[in-house]
Amino acid sequence: MREQTTVAIKGVKDGLLVTVSESGEWQIIMNDLAARIDHQSAFFNGARITLDVGSRPVRRDELSSLKAMLERRNISLWSVMSDSATSIDAASALDVRAAQTTSMAQGVKPDAAPFNPEEDGTIGVMIRRTLRSGRTVHSHGHVVVYGDVNAGAEIIASGDVIVWGRLRGNVHAGADGDESAVICALDMTPTQIRIAGYISIPPKDKRHKPKPETATIRDRQIVVVAWG
Amino acid sequence: MGGKVITITSGKGGVGKTTTTANIGVALARLNQKVVMIDADIGLRNLDIVMGLENRIVYDLVDVVEGRCKARQAMIKHKTFPELYLIPAAQTRDKTAVSPADMIQLTDGLRTEFDFIIIDSPAGIERGFRNAVAAADDVLIVTNPEVSAVRDADRVIGLLEAENKGPGQLILNRVKQDMIRRGEMLSPEDVTDLLAIKLIGIVPEDETVIPSSNSGIPVTLNDKSLAGLAFRNIARRLLGEEVPFIQLSESKGLFKRIARLFAGGER
Repeated sequence: MREQTTVAIKGVKDGLLVTVSESGEWQIIMNDLAARIDHQSAFFNGARITLDVGSRPVRRDELSSLKAMLERRNISLWSVMSDSATSIDAASALDVRAAQTTSMAQGVKPDAAPFNPEEDGTIGVMIRRTLRSGRTVHSHGHVVVYGDVNAGAEIIASGDVIVWGRLRGNVHAGADGDESAVICALDMTPTQIRIAGYISIPPKDKRHKPKPETATIRDRQIVVVAWG
Repeated sequence: MGGKVITITSGKGGVGKTTTTANIGVALARLNQKVVMIDADIGLRNLDIVMGLENRIVYDLVDVVEGRCKARQAMIKHKTFPELYLIPAAQTRDKTAVSPADMIQLTDGLRTEFDFIIIDSPAGIERGFRNAVAAADDVLIVTNPEVSAVRDADRVIGLLEAENKGPGQLILNRVKQDMIRRGEMLSPEDVTDLLAIKLIGIVPEDETVIPSSNSGIPVTLNDKSLAGLAFRNIARRLLGEEVPFIQLSESKGLFKRIARLFAGGER
């Protein structure tokens, strides 16, 4: 039997963490993982897996076949960790939780000052579609959505959140505590917005006219003002 | 390639998936199409009742999938339309008795024989939903003009897009024009603005729908029913015809006149 070094499995707080090698063929990794699972199927049955693919760019079809392989074995793919935008995008397209990790986030030291948007190398994700209900985006950087954020969708970002469209869902900017984070949208009618530790619910306004607005923290509360 | 597989789904329960499936199936059969309907709601079988075929069931979908019978043996022929068939769901099993691959295999076998294979999806977004959409060429999403149903439709459209099945087309069911006029109900424009997908049918609330379903005669066979007309129009649109939406905005008198006009014109 071939040495199975392409896959490492370890138990973590809320499930299993599966780390796969950053190189080598995806099919081989899948086969190795399947073999490991089938070897101890009772142990894996019903498990919830967090997949760490490191910097490996995993395409949607690759991730989709892995997810199907796991589901056939009654294992759910709970979330995907990667610092590759391709992998993160594939995960969110498949409705799997996605978390950006390691090297991209390494640019930000935990004790360093909040994001400086003018500095080179600012991290972030660009999402070029509408986020529909049930879709969640997590990012350690900024999030730009070119599309709408529908009610029931959620964005959690350590940095700013900019929606080039209608914002109707939930957004949490500065989720790691950055009170200078902002939320902008062309039409700001969210279910709820949060910046750092502050929460705000927009007033009910029947005769609402869409206009670009920005939410920031001022005097210990979230205020929404016209953009620009 | 042959026939087309159309799945009817919604996310939320009770919005009219089964009624829509039955009526579109019958309306297509009336337009001389060969149609087979599949009830994918295993464990909560309903389509056979709405079609008035409950007492003719011998084999069901799970029997076909598990190889206890041929697909042909499980197909129940409709009483009036010889080219309309139903494969009923099993009542005693659950959604896991069938897999998405089983559905693809089954429908691939039926495509050569039928023009349309219409799958009635269960509510929800779990296994039953995945089974129902696995084989779909086209997905019709049924929703009602209320916020919770539209929210679920949005979720379903997102899932369909993730599986490259999306975004699908929308059927807005149980529309009450007088409530829209009073600002108490979402209008078709409000709904399409939210969901940003193509509308293929607007079905008005109609008191003849429930008694029709109860008696196993889908409402589209009632030429006086406005909902029945709306379902016939959806069937024509599925065949590629350009059919204008029924105008529901006028007063009640005119409303009925238009209904009669359309019904008369289609006979």
